[in-house]
Amino acid sequence: MRFASISCAALGALFTAAAPLTALAQTEPLVFYGLQMEQLEYRAGDAGQDLLVWDGDAFVGTDEVRLRWEGNGEYDLNADLFESATNQLSIQVPVSDFWDVKAGIRYDSPDGPDRWHGAVGISGLAPQWIEVDSSLYVSEKGDVSADLDLEYELLLTNYLTLIPSAEMSVAFSSDRERGVGSGLNSAEVGLRLSYDLWDRMLSPYVGVAYERYFGETADFIREEGDEADMFSIVFGARLMF
Amino acid sequence: MNMFTLRAARRALAVAALLAVQPALSHAGTYTLTVDPVTIDTGDFKKTGIGYNGASPGPVLKFQEGEDVTINVTNNLKEETSIHWHGLILPFQMDGVPDISFPGIAPGETFTYRFPVVQSGTYWFHSHSGFQEPDGAYGAIVITPKKREPFKVDRDYVVQFTDKHPHSGARIMRNLKQAPDYYNREQQTVGDFFSDARKNGLSAALDDRMAWGSMRMMATDIEDVQGFTPLINGKGPDQNWTALFKPGERVRLRFINSSAMTYFDVRIPGLKMTVVAADGNLVQPVPVDEFRIGVAETYDVIVRPQEDKAYTLFAQSMGRTAFARGTLAPRPGMTAPVPDMGDSPLLTMADMGMDHGSMAGMDHSTMQKEDPAEMQGMNHGKTMNHGTMNHDDMKQGTMKQGGMDHSKMPSGGMNHGSMNHGDMKQDTLKQGGMDHGKMPSGGMNHGSMNHGSMQTQDPFYAAGSGLTPTPSEGQGKFLSYSDLKAQRPLYKDREATREIELRLTGNMERYIWSINGVKYEDADPIRLQYGERVRFKFVNETMMTHPMHLHGMWSILDVGAEKWDPVKHTISIAPGTTVYSETEVDATGQWAFHCHLSYHAAAGMFRKIIVEGGPDNTADITPLKGAIQ
Repeated sequence: MRFASISCAALGALFTAAAPLTALAQTEPLVFYGLQMEQLEYRAGDAGQDLLVWDGDAFVGTDEVRLRWEGNGEYDLNADLFESATNQLSIQVPVSDFWDVKAGIRYDSPDGPDRWHGAVGISGLAPQWIEVDSSLYVSEKGDVSADLDLEYELLLTNYLTLIPSAEMSVAFSSDRERGVGSGLNSAEVGLRLSYDLWDRMLSPYVGVAYERYFGETADFIREEGDEADMFSIVFGARLMF
Repeated sequence: MNMFTLRAARRALAVAALLAVQPALSHAGTYTLTVDPVTIDTGDFKKTGIGYNGASPGPVLKFQEGEDVTINVTNNLKEETSIHWHGLILPFQMDGVPDISFPGIAPGETFTYRFPVVQSGTYWFHSHSGFQEPDGAYGAIVITPKKREPFKVDRDYVVQFTDKHPHSGARIMRNLKQAPDYYNREQQTVGDFFSDARKNGLSAALDDRMAWGSMRMMATDIEDVQGFTPLINGKGPDQNWTALFKPGERVRLRFINSSAMTYFDVRIPGLKMTVVAADGNLVQPVPVDEFRIGVAETYDVIVRPQEDKAYTLFAQSMGRTAFARGTLAPRPGMTAPVPDMGDSPLLTMADMGMDHGSMAGMDHSTMQKEDPAEMQGMNHGKTMNHGTMNHDDMKQGTMKQGGMDHSKMPSGGMNHGSMNHGDMKQDTLKQGGMDHGKMPSGGMNHGSMNHGSMQTQDPFYAAGSGLTPTPSEGQGKFLSYSDLKAQRPLYKDREATREIELRLTGNMERYIWSINGVKYEDADPIRLQYGERVRFKFVNETMMTHPMHLHGMWSILDVGAEKWDPVKHTISIAPGTTVYSETEVDATGQWAFHCHLSYHAAAGMFRKIIVEGGPDNTADITPLKGAIQ
């Protein structure tokens, strides 16, 4: 499976580059690595959809520069196929106390024809602890699009966390082959209740998610006989290694 | 005779001369340490780690002042190691910091340390490689003085703390880099917000959260690494390390904080402790009920339990997330009640070095030292609004506000809302005697003012700091740095030849720690000239407390006692404060200088110091300057 092999190759590259921590009085910068799955979940949609959804990232690097993999996608358990799968590999550097900029490439696979994109973006922590991640993309066909992810962690206790999140994507031109219309084309909001079961390594959660497609994109989806919005109950776990 | 043999001959001559003048009573001891993989059992969990001679902590090394020690260290690990003799004055090649003093000790190799012991007191040793010290590679050093000490004790115990964590040091570092709050389980929750809102009002609670949120900092960020089990001499609270005494005996406790990250507030309920030494050097005795020991510091105290009963030695972490516990008892197996830990403190804006006060109202900012009595007897009749009072930049030596009489205030009239005493530098702030007694009820709002700490302002904490030590039992004496006065000054008091400013800086979100905004890997060494006296100005711009440790040379902590300023090897600098120390640059070579919090040092709060000039360090082993009267 091409998607899987690309993901594995990217992750493999990340981790083999990670060197062990060296002496306390180091003269070389320390190299760190990590993997986080913000979402790894089963979604039960209101129209009987059964989906496996993931959204995560991994990095390896120093304080000054990191190689970062970001991946997300949906696998339809009923149809036994990938609805979408995106992998992005970026070089990320800090530009201020709380903000990084990143530049890299994104590869969209299984759904429709594959697409390569060039990507530039920002990633960081906004005031009031809002995690922000946003990128601007130019596809190999010249189509320009952008996305924005926001996430907040509300501590009910020091182990039980309520996590509201929002994602949206806009396109500045249509890419009909991929079913992407111009304008705001999709948004997703979620609310997950997560419990840190094992340090911060394993935090199972339950929650709800609402996705909706807009404008031309919604039309393309309806033409294919699918719903343009979906409400779902989610079960999953956040992972951090 | 070629150059090499000439130099060698000269060196031999120098060594012979040195030996000739050595007093006859000096002796030479040989010690053996093996660095071994060990299992550490805290009572809460078992963990593989690193120890010496098969155990963690390693043995207590007992030296004598004037002794020439030879220590053979054999590395039985699969990785490089090193041993640093913390606080010992010795030739820099023997200081044990890889890449600064020597290349380190390779697996299977034996390295021989040789140095004269030129001091006495309580010290410790630990690995300076990777995270071996948090993993268990530490031990104690006790050096018997040549001269009789000015006190007599019947028993003598080492009390060595550590903060043993179930995660390895390397893993902790990686987790902190990935999520700086990984180990912080004391964060403010929704429940805390509502309880604050009930207490202080919704808008005050909201303002507070917004203020911290806008800085993207946490008021709970006191202990980066929680989840550890504090140990005393390797024993967890349930394993109850016990020291025996007979009632009436004088017991000397040599406290050493070998923690990776944790400060402890130490007390023995029911016993007064007399502090007699700090960082190995004798101080003028200070009777206290409680003291805070920073990471890497040592304090010697004497207690004299009179009753035939057990006493609990209780050391709670500064963030109140865990405690070490031991027992002093007349007989083995006895225990005493273990106190509850206090509430976890919260940092305040004072710890951020922030000034959120406004100058609009009463402005005392131009008050200089002309008239210290100016505020005495102030009568605040009628309505008083301290809401925007700004006491910034007051520099007078003694400010006395005793005798303030608020008695004639009508009800509802006084608001101390956001009183800001930030940056007051006076040595003694006396506000004792404020009499609010006759005020009608319901009228006084002190908002977020921290009254407790104002009563006994410790000048080594920012005024209004959430970390200001207060006696756990509600009353009694908590040791302050300003109580420490040298018993015998090691050096003649003189004007420093220059000042070096070291801003302690960091970025918690990225878990980057630095000095003057520069991490170790990017920094040039600090160059000092042999023979100068340098005044270090530490400005803590972070919200964490940093124990700064200079290797190879003493740090004379400026407590305002001039020639009686205490001589230390590790100086703790609280958030939002500026602390000065002076160093007689009397040891040539290269030395490490760093924050002793393991993960701060590794993240970059570290410098190499190069001492230029001075005697040829390869031949000369400079004895410590004699005591100066």
